[in-house]
Amino acid sequence: MLENLTLLYEAPILSVQLLIDGVLIGAIFALAAYGMALVWGVMDIINIAQGEFVMLGGYVTFLLATHAGVHPLLTVPAAAAALFILGWLLYRLVVFRIVGKDMFISILATFGISILLQQLANELFGADVQTAESGLGTLFFADDMITVEETKLVAFGLALAVGGILFLFLRQSRLGQAIRATAQNARAARIMGINTDRVYATTFALNAAICGAAGSLVVMTWLIHPYLGLAYTLRSFMIVIVAGLGSIGGVVFASLGLGAAENFAGFILGTEYQAAFVFSLLVVILVWRNFRLSRQRKYLK
Amino acid sequence: MTDTTRRVLPYALIGIAGLLAPVIAPAYVIQLALLWMMVLFALTWDLCGGQMGYNSFGNILFFGIGCYIPAVMQRELFYGLEEYETVKRQVSTVSSSEYFTGFALGMALAIVIAVAVAAVLGSGILGLRGHYFAIATLGLGIAAGEIASGWEYIGAGSGMLAPMYPGEANARGIFFYYLLFLLAVICFFTLKWLYAGRFGLAINAIRDDEDKAEAMGIHTTRYKTVAWCVSAFFLALAGGAFGHLNNFIDRDVAFPGATFGVWMVLMAILGGKGTIWGPVIGATVFHVTQELFWTYLFGWQRVALGLLIVVIVVFFPVGIMGWLRERWPEKFGERVDVEARTAPVSLGESR
Repeated sequence: MLENLTLLYEAPILSVQLLIDGVLIGAIFALAAYGMALVWGVMDIINIAQGEFVMLGGYVTFLLATHAGVHPLLTVPAAAAALFILGWLLYRLVVFRIVGKDMFISILATFGISILLQQLANELFGADVQTAESGLGTLFFADDMITVEETKLVAFGLALAVGGILFLFLRQSRLGQAIRATAQNARAARIMGINTDRVYATTFALNAAICGAAGSLVVMTWLIHPYLGLAYTLRSFMIVIVAGLGSIGGVVFASLGLGAAENFAGFILGTEYQAAFVFSLLVVILVWRNFRLSRQRKYLK
Repeated sequence: MTDTTRRVLPYALIGIAGLLAPVIAPAYVIQLALLWMMVLFALTWDLCGGQMGYNSFGNILFFGIGCYIPAVMQRELFYGLEEYETVKRQVSTVSSSEYFTGFALGMALAIVIAVAVAAVLGSGILGLRGHYFAIATLGLGIAAGEIASGWEYIGAGSGMLAPMYPGEANARGIFFYYLLFLLAVICFFTLKWLYAGRFGLAINAIRDDEDKAEAMGIHTTRYKTVAWCVSAFFLALAGGAFGHLNNFIDRDVAFPGATFGVWMVLMAILGGKGTIWGPVIGATVFHVTQELFWTYLFGWQRVALGLLIVVIVVFFPVGIMGWLRERWPEKFGERVDVEARTAPVSLGESR
C-alpha cells in the first residue's frame, strides 16, 4: 500500500491516468444515480433493483452484439427500450402496490426483485464475466504515458447526452411537467387531472431505461456479470445522498468524484479491496453526514 | 387444564421434541441443527428489526466474525501458519481436548470481538434512522465479505479450514445439534426476559416514536446499542458453531448475504415482526419448506427466493402471528368492540 503511494508521488502522470479513467467511468454512475433520484423523488421509493437494471441492459447489448452481430454502440437504444418495457411490467405487477407504503416495505420488495433478476440472469446467461468489444482504438497522450480508450470517451459522451435529453424531457415536455408536478404534490396533481398512476409507471420505466442505457455502456467499457448489480445500487444511493435529491449538477459532480476516488482506492489498496472501499465509503459518508446533523439534534431524513 | 399447564405445555413439548429429535431422526441431524440456527437468526434479527424498528440487512457481519475467529484461534493455538499451509487437508491430528479448548476459547473471543464491533459501529450507525440505517447495514455486510475475501491472514479467496471433529463421523452432527439447540433455547428465554421488562418497553418506544422516547428521558442510543450487541452476541455463537460444523470457511460461508442474510429478515417477517413466537414459527416454516421443496427446483431456488420475498412483503406483511392476531384478537388478550369490528374499515388516504 505504501509503495503504491510512493509510486504515485514519484510518477504524478499515473495520477492523471487514474483521474481520467475514474471520471470517464463516473459519467456512467451518474446515469444510474440520476434514475434513482428520479424514482426516489417522485415515488418515494428506494429502488434496490437499480443495479440489476444496469446489469440487464448490459446483457441486452452483449447478446445483440455477439449473437446478432450488431455494433455495440448501436444497441444502446435497444437496451433502453427493452428495459423500459421491463420497468413498465414490474410497475404493473409489483411496484404499484408499494407506492405510498412504508419505505422499508419498498426497500425489501425491490430487494426481492433484485435477487429475482440477478438469479434469473445467472440461470439464463451463466455466471461468467462478459464484455462486448466495440472495436474502437486507443488514444495516446504525453509520450504514450496516458492512454484513453476511445470507447470510454464515446461512452462518456453518450452518458452526458442521455442525461441532457432526460433533463430537457423533464423540463419541457408535457409528461415531464406532469412527473415534476407529481413529485411536488401527488394529491394536488391528481386534483389537477394528472393520472398519477401513469406518471408513476412512466417514471419507473424511464428509470429502468436510463439504467439499461448505462448498462449498455458498462459492457462496452468494462465488463458485466449477474452479480454486479448491488454495487451499482449502492453507488447510486451514495451519490444521491451526497448530491441531494433535486440537483442534477450535484449528481454529475458526485458521480465523477466517486469514479475518481474509486480508481485511486483500487490502485492504492489493491484491486481486491476496491469493492470493499466502495461499500465502506457508503457507511462512512452516511455516518459522517448524520454525525454533523446530530449536533443540531437532527438526523438524515 | 389449568392456566399454568397451558402455559408450560408448549415449552415442554418443544423441549422434549428438541431433545429427542436426533434420536428419532438421526439421518437429518444436520438439517435439524440448521433449523435451530435459523431460529437464532430470526430471533436476533427481530430484536432490532421487529421490536426496535431498526431493520438491519447487515447482521450477517456478526455471524461471519463468529465463523472466522474460532477457526483462526484453533490455527494459532495448535499450528503455526506454515504448518497449517502444508497439512491443509489433514488437520484431523488435533486431539479431542485440544479441539474443545480451542473451540471454547475461540467462541469466547468471537463473542468479545463481535460485541465490541457492534458497540463501536453501533454508536455511529444506529444514529441513522429508517431506510438510511437499512442501506448502511446492507453496505456494511457486503464490505465485510469483500474484506474477508481479500485478507491473506484468514485465507483470502481460498478460505480456511477448521480442524476435523475428533471422534466418529455422526458425533459431530449430534454435538453441534445440541449446541445450536441450547443456544436457541437460551436466546429465546433471554429475549423473552428482556422484552418483559423495562428494556422491552424502551425499545418498543424507540420503534413507535424515537423522538418522544428520547423526550421521555430514555437514553435511546444506549438501548439501541445494547440491543444490537445482544444480537451480535448470539449471532457470533451461531457463526462459531456453523463454521466448525461446516469445517470449511470462506467468504461465501461466513458472509452469505444473499442467503442467510436475507433469510433472517424474511423468516422474521413471515412469522410476524415484533413478536417472540413469530420468528420461531417463521424460521420453522421457512426451513422445513425449504428442505422439503427446494431440491425439486433444480437450481432455480434463488429465483424462487426472490419471488418469495416479493410475495411475502407485498401480500403478507403482517406475518403468521399478525394474521392470527387479526383473526382471533381475543386469544391474544385483546378486548374487541363488536361494533368496531363490524364497522366498515376506513381506507386511509393513499398518495
